[in-house]
This record gives sequence, C-alpha cells and structure tokens, in this order.
Amino acid sequence: MTQRVGVIRFPGTNCEFDTIDAVRALGGEAEILWHSDSSIKNVDAIVIPGGFAHGDYLRCGAIARFSPVMEAVSDFALAGGPVLGICNGFQVLTEAGLLPGALQKNAGMKFLCSMQQIEFVSTQNVVGKGSQVGDCLQIPINHFEGNYVCSPEILSRLETQEQIVFRYTDNPNGSIKDIAGICNEAGNVVGMMPHPERATSDLLGSNDGAALIQSFLSV
Amino acid sequence: MQFEAKIEVSPRDGIANPEGSTIERSLPALGFEMTRNVRVGKLIRFEVEAESADAARSLVEDMCNRFLTNPVIEDAAVEVLET
Repeated sequence: MTQRVGVIRFPGTNCEFDTIDAVRALGGEAEILWHSDSSIKNVDAIVIPGGFAHGDYLRCGAIARFSPVMEAVSDFALAGGPVLGICNGFQVLTEAGLLPGALQKNAGMKFLCSMQQIEFVSTQNVVGKGSQVGDCLQIPINHFEGNYVCSPEILSRLETQEQIVFRYTDNPNGSIKDIAGICNEAGNVVGMMPHPERATSDLLGSNDGAALIQSFLSV
Repeated sequence: MQFEAKIEVSPRDGIANPEGSTIERSLPALGFEMTRNVRVGKLIRFEVEAESADAARSLVEDMCNRFLTNPVIEDAAVEVLET
C-alpha cells in the first residue's frame, strides 16, 4: 500500500523537502501540511520534520505545539495513526505531550553536525518493522538541543515498556542512557534526534535511514 | 488592577545545566576560582491585569504550567508586584 504522508511545515521548518524526497524515493506519496490549517487532509501518516519551528523561541517546540494543525495531529496520534518527529519534530512532540521527557542543550554546549552510529533498542514501533534489536545504523545528527532528559520514574517506564527505540553507541550530546529516540506506549508515535531522511542513499554517506522510512510507510 | 509579573525560570535540581557548567569552567580563567554551582535560567517579565494580587499570581502560575516553563526540566519562581 502506498502511504500518503503529511509533512508538517511551521514557519522555520527546514527539512520538509528532504523528508518529502525521501518518502517519494521509497515509493510513498507526500504533501506539505501548513501549520495554521486545522485539518491533516486524510493522510495516512504524519512526519514532523526538522528545523526551527516558530524560531524555537521560549523553548524548542513550545510555540509550535499551539499551531492549529497540532490539535489534528494529536487526535490522529491518539487514534493510533503513525507519527514520526525528527529532530525539531521530536522536540515538538515532547512539548505537545505526545512523548514524555524533554530535550535540552547538548552537554558540550556545541551545535553537533556529524554522522552517528545508533542502535535499535526496540523494534515494537512504526520505524522498527523489518529491523532487529541490536541493528546498528549510520544516521546523521544536526542539533544543539538533543540532550534527552526525563524523571527517573519516566525513564524506568520507558525501559520496562520498551519505549527506548534507539541509543547512541557513542553518546554525542549527554542524553540520559544514550537515548537517541523514543516512542509512546502504543509504538505509533516515534521521536528521534538523528535524521533518517538524510541517510537514504549511499551518495549521502549512508542508506541506513531508508529501512526506517520504509517501515514507517508500511504500517 | 495592573501588576508586573516576574518569573524566574531555573533548571530543576538534578537536571544538568550545560550553560552553567560551561560558565563555571570559564570563570577560573579570569581568576575567579571561588565560584561553585553556576546555574543559568531566564527572567520573563510582563504586565498583567487582574482583580487582585492573588488573582494575578494564579493567572501567572497557570501560564507557567501550561506554556512559559517546561516542568520536566524547569522550575518557576513567580513574583507579582502592584504597579
């Protein structure tokens, strides 16, 4: 089945076209959904791409969560629809309360832009189909606020409910337990700091992101 | 009545504060070796209209919980002054 993916664009989003190209290259359909629309136009899946939504003022994702489209995204997610937040999209999902915890400034106070190795910790989610726990992927990161934090109670829930999707094998940003990506309890909402859409061709230095997007398109 | 609200947003205890740590490591370079536990937050100020100081404080606390702070990583100290 070809999935129609809605890619949310806020003022300041800048990874929407990379995301659309990656989805189309892998056989899906993709269209942009503007943040002030209150409808998600019957798409089958939603990606919140990277960038600086609303300038990231106050906190990353803090203002984006009040964009009209987010109410529809929230209803869609709570009804079990597949939602993937990449980088700034992950930050938006935590601020919107669709994923637990928060992302704060990198431990080294540096903007990080590099290829990273991440490992699948759980595949019981919308990006894990076809992959195995322990699979290692080369996926680039590009962020200043990717340092995942949460309370000890939330962390233990994430661990027991298999909600940690990816961990860094060499932690670049200080994230608690090397967390690079998590999902909600049902596994239909995934947030990750690395950019799988930028790793969909050997020409880009890695093709490892293709499996994640293919999984996302097939749920 | 018109009030001035001041909200001091600070990183919660136990949450690492990379900005504070960086400043703490830099101060000795200027000879300030006596500093400890540097924490960096932010100050938000605005005017607010309410019927009483209590009402203003309650409005501002609601804003903090729902928008101005992220309770996962931040604490807020609210001050409300009649202007």
